[in-house]
Amino acid sequence: MASSPAQTAVHRIEIGVRPEHRDARGEHVAAQAREFLHVPVERVRTRDVYHLEMALSAEELDRVVEELADPIRQEAAVGRLEGEPFDVAVRVAFKPGVADPVGKSALVAVRDTLGRDLDEGAAVYTSTLYLLDGVDRAEAERVALELVANPIIQTVSVATAAEWRATTPDLAVPRVESHEAPAARRIDLSGTDEELERLSREGLLALALPELHAIRDHFRRAGETERRRSAGLGGDPTDVELECLAQTWSEHCKHKIFNATIDYREGAGEPERIRSLFSTYIRRVTEELAREQEERDGASWLVSVFHDNAGVVTFDEEIHLVYKVETHNSPSALDPYGGAITGIVGVNRDPFGTGRGADLLVNVWGYCFASPLWDRPLPKGLLHPKRIRDGVHWGVIDGGNQSGVPYGRGWELFDHRFLGKPLVFCGTVGALPVTIAGRPGERKAAAPGDAVVMVGGRIGADGIHGATFSSAALEESSPSQAVQIGDPITQKMMFDFLLEARDRGLYSAITDNGAGGLSSSVGEMAETPGGARLDLARAPLKYAGLAPWEIFLSEAQERMTLAVPGEHLDELLALAGRRQVEATVLGSFTDDGFLHVTHGEETVALLDMEFLHDGLPEMVLPARWETPRFDEPDERTADPGRTLVELVGRLNLASDETLARHYDHEVKGLAVVQPWTGVQADVPAEATVFLARHGSLRGLVLSEGVNPFLSDLDAGAMAASVVDLAVRRQLCAGARLDRIAALDNFCWPDPVLSAGTPDGDLKLAQLVRACRRLYATCRAYGVPLVSGKDSMKNEAVLGGVKICVPPTLLVSALGQIDDVRDAITLDLKSPGDVLYLAGTSDSHTGGSEYYRLLGERDGREPEGGGPAPYVGTRPPELDPSATLPLYRAFHAAVRAGLVRSASAPALGGLGVSLARTCLAGRLGATIDLAACPGAARLEDDVALFAESNGRLLFSVAAQDATALEELFDGLPLGRVGTVRAEPTLAIHRGDREVLTVGLDALLESFKGGLAHA
Amino acid sequence: MSDARVAAFRDLPADELARRRAAVRVLVITGLGLNCEVETAEAFRLVGATPEKVHFLDLLGGVAPRRLSDYPIVAFPGGFAFGDHLGAGFVFANKIRWRLYDELVDFIGGGGLALGICNGFQTMTRLGVLPGLDGDYRTPRATIAPNDRLGYWDCWVRLAFDPQSPCVWTRGLAPVDLPSRHGEGKVLLESEELLDRLEAAGQVAARYVDTAGRPTQQWPANPNGSPRAVAGVCDPSGRLFGLMPHPDAFLYPFQHPQWFRRRARGEELPAEGGGLAIFRNGVDWAAASDPSG
Repeated sequence: MASSPAQTAVHRIEIGVRPEHRDARGEHVAAQAREFLHVPVERVRTRDVYHLEMALSAEELDRVVEELADPIRQEAAVGRLEGEPFDVAVRVAFKPGVADPVGKSALVAVRDTLGRDLDEGAAVYTSTLYLLDGVDRAEAERVALELVANPIIQTVSVATAAEWRATTPDLAVPRVESHEAPAARRIDLSGTDEELERLSREGLLALALPELHAIRDHFRRAGETERRRSAGLGGDPTDVELECLAQTWSEHCKHKIFNATIDYREGAGEPERIRSLFSTYIRRVTEELAREQEERDGASWLVSVFHDNAGVVTFDEEIHLVYKVETHNSPSALDPYGGAITGIVGVNRDPFGTGRGADLLVNVWGYCFASPLWDRPLPKGLLHPKRIRDGVHWGVIDGGNQSGVPYGRGWELFDHRFLGKPLVFCGTVGALPVTIAGRPGERKAAAPGDAVVMVGGRIGADGIHGATFSSAALEESSPSQAVQIGDPITQKMMFDFLLEARDRGLYSAITDNGAGGLSSSVGEMAETPGGARLDLARAPLKYAGLAPWEIFLSEAQERMTLAVPGEHLDELLALAGRRQVEATVLGSFTDDGFLHVTHGEETVALLDMEFLHDGLPEMVLPARWETPRFDEPDERTADPGRTLVELVGRLNLASDETLARHYDHEVKGLAVVQPWTGVQADVPAEATVFLARHGSLRGLVLSEGVNPFLSDLDAGAMAASVVDLAVRRQLCAGARLDRIAALDNFCWPDPVLSAGTPDGDLKLAQLVRACRRLYATCRAYGVPLVSGKDSMKNEAVLGGVKICVPPTLLVSALGQIDDVRDAITLDLKSPGDVLYLAGTSDSHTGGSEYYRLLGERDGREPEGGGPAPYVGTRPPELDPSATLPLYRAFHAAVRAGLVRSASAPALGGLGVSLARTCLAGRLGATIDLAACPGAARLEDDVALFAESNGRLLFSVAAQDATALEELFDGLPLGRVGTVRAEPTLAIHRGDREVLTVGLDALLESFKGGLAHA
Repeated sequence: MSDARVAAFRDLPADELARRRAAVRVLVITGLGLNCEVETAEAFRLVGATPEKVHFLDLLGGVAPRRLSDYPIVAFPGGFAFGDHLGAGFVFANKIRWRLYDELVDFIGGGGLALGICNGFQTMTRLGVLPGLDGDYRTPRATIAPNDRLGYWDCWVRLAFDPQSPCVWTRGLAPVDLPSRHGEGKVLLESEELLDRLEAAGQVAARYVDTAGRPTQQWPANPNGSPRAVAGVCDPSGRLFGLMPHPDAFLYPFQHPQWFRRRARGEELPAEGGGLAIFRNGVDWAAASDPSG
């Protein structure tokens, strides 16, 4: 190297923990390798490796090394760090183009340390070195590939100590090599239908034949126009146009199935035509409820629904609440950590992009996985469910914690059918100021002439085709570029800037760059003014070489698009500069009816806005319902005590506290009823309560209902049940019945009948039934559906076998409580308190956790892709005309201050509900089944473990019993027992003992079920 | 200044007390990935002071209306400055070291108070501001290492305060329960002897204790394995204090994880959250020592 003081080169710095200090990360990897891979590793030490690509003098390099390492705990060296011997070294580095947030922060540190600007192109690349003792090369490779690295995003190199010593330190960096950008191309659509379909498939466009025909015909006509000719375009679409249409029309963005015309028939009955499930059921319930309230009260509490990134409801005089839940299933299957962190920071942008921008309040998460204890061969191309589970958790943990947003709800369900595709639900509640810069906060409108400004991260090839990819089934050849990795810190800094800009009124509209990137955000915002013109050559890129369509479609994270009026543009750009957030003017909004995209001087897209948004041909789909037949168990349980102990420890019911407590649930200082509650704060709350702002006692209440197991019998019963459960949980926390809003998230297997999906019509019938009952139940309970999302291809074809998820509807409820100090929790409070069960128990054992336990006991296996036995025959029913009076009476009891604890029996039935309330209070109870309404007709195990809806289990002080019973006069209410100090749950029927179990046995099972997962 | 002076200050008539407290401006630093600025500012507001949230880059750029030395108190709130990439507080501390150090040391020399919570404590330690031995606020003598049980962990812990500590923020405080929320909270000194010295000088102002009130190494009561249960450290003057748990997340009595059980037992809830007393101590110290008051 020349002796000039500074020269661009790659400098490698290695940092390790001093031998006298613990290497907690290394110890963690070693423990996981031993426990889960059964690799007999003795010790793992880790090193952080930084490759600095920049011109540095020797003195500067020394200074940087000193700054990067912790002088107390770490040691550092340029090149390699000499240290104790090891057997095998594993180095894990990112592939080119994968986001490296740590490298980005390190670059800031280097710049601060040197006190000077670095050359354009200076970069820091991070990697991790694992030094393993007690293993051979093959074992180290397993640790690398099955535990610490994911080849989709990372490169792994393994070297024995001898090989390591024989080489010089690796100075290669995963730089994306720049090359000349390809120009926009014209796509010839004149081919045969087969050729068109191949074009769609191979190009990952996910466009169906009628859609391709519509596009072809449209451009043939448009090619005749002067506008198109003078722009140098003809009768074929450009790749930019076709890609933009494909993503705008994707299932992910257009909800084609929810808007399709459906011919539904039951058995051999007459078909019934449904024009759009969305309009007929989902939108309708919300509009009917709003109209009803407007007629009654003069105004609805719904502020903005169905036309923004998330729904907005009234909360108090200062803020509205905004809520959105999304799924990020396919990316999480490929790269669990990256997919999930992108899911959570991505859904943060929905409330942030609603109205003119909401402050983020609380996150929620929920996951459906295959068992993390899976011990059978895995189909090729799949990660082990434990890796998916751990990776998803840590992605959302890091994403939420680093963004400074607490979590309010978290749940997990397990079923073998989630092996092919996990379901990863992430959501965020936001607080939208009622008034922003003198105007209603929910109003957003780009005006012609407003600048199109992109804010935040730069554009790379990451996440291209995310929207169309998520609308397709997962296959072995699924592309790695569909994976993005969210960087919460970049986003947090962008949000801090945007909140300042918002409060100063510097922009007129905002939306996020999520699926479809700029094509989607600009396309959507341009609807109001009626057009936009933008130049892709102005967009800041991470590296050169992106084609125009890639720039337009990229889903590179942490970006928002603004509409900025001319008079505020300078101030906005200056503020961005001060906050070190990149903001770039890409063009302006227009009113000429066209989305006009150039790359420099060349027009690369000239899309008619009307065709873009309304040109999609409607689908007509068949749906056919046949009542399924499943087995009842031959014999049921003789030992309900043992069954109850086993039930509370089943994967679906056991404590996941050891993972859940890694999520922050208190940042912002607003948590009131936390996700873990009770004497030892170790039982999950059924609903949580948060303040929405400092200085007010009004609270928001979060709960949800989800139960995919019921869909095997009837997705309609499933939908009714999950709405009922979400509402019961709200009530049990003390929420008002008249201020509950809900979100609907559908995750379905492909419901479109085709050669590859011969039962598509049945799956669509399940969707129809779910929507109908969702409508009916929400209508009866007065619960509007304010946001929702659907994900329709949740299946995987692996090794020729198709694995479909069970139809899953998550109903996420957002309720309100006038004074958080009136909140109720589920833990039993004092010996002597009286326990009541409101609502009727029935033989609703179908799809119950109890039946699955019996199936496992009998050694029954699922058949094909079917559900785990036993499924049974009778799913829970729901009659809102019977349950509503109960709920009103219960809420009156809450308002009267009578209710001391409350729980909504659900999975595992009354038995599990009793066990959890006892555990939470560390108090026992004696219960008489004979006193439970409806139980006289039921055998003991059915009364205990059936999952009937509409029930509330609660306690009151003995002296309040009379007052309580008066409120429930004429309703099905049973005084079922008494709270005891003795730590035992004792259940009898009349004089006959049914079961007696100690809390210690219940606790051990509850905490043990997922302890080794 | 003595405790007596703070006590005398607190005996002032209510309106005078409120006026003097409101005159205490608190600089609450924001930006760069910090995320507890709202509740930290709210805590100072609830005890009567006047918090001002200022973006760190405005402080650096001289754009902010006031400079660091114009404030009697600076708060380094919790969060994830620069994602805690490279280590908790590293990149942020580095920025202060190279861009704002002289001003910070002047502020300390001028009698300023500082409170660092969680990420703020990590940053102050990384800078060497804490434990600030022998008047040297520039040389790091301690570090805050990853928890023995790897990863961020959110649970409530009990803290007890050293009654002999010079720490003005914790004087006279009874043990308090607070949420602990961090992945790197294990306080390590340069040497065992230095920890001896710190303890002897009362600079270990806060310790994790068990239900019997004894310092504990038991997880999760001691959530990170900090030797000798160190949870918070002050400088020799007692004016600079950093701690891992979050007094800023216990502003209201109904945030304690057991509040509803106390209510059920018929107990009256306290008037305020247990975290506020720490903020009040600092504000009253600053107000009582303000010559213009």
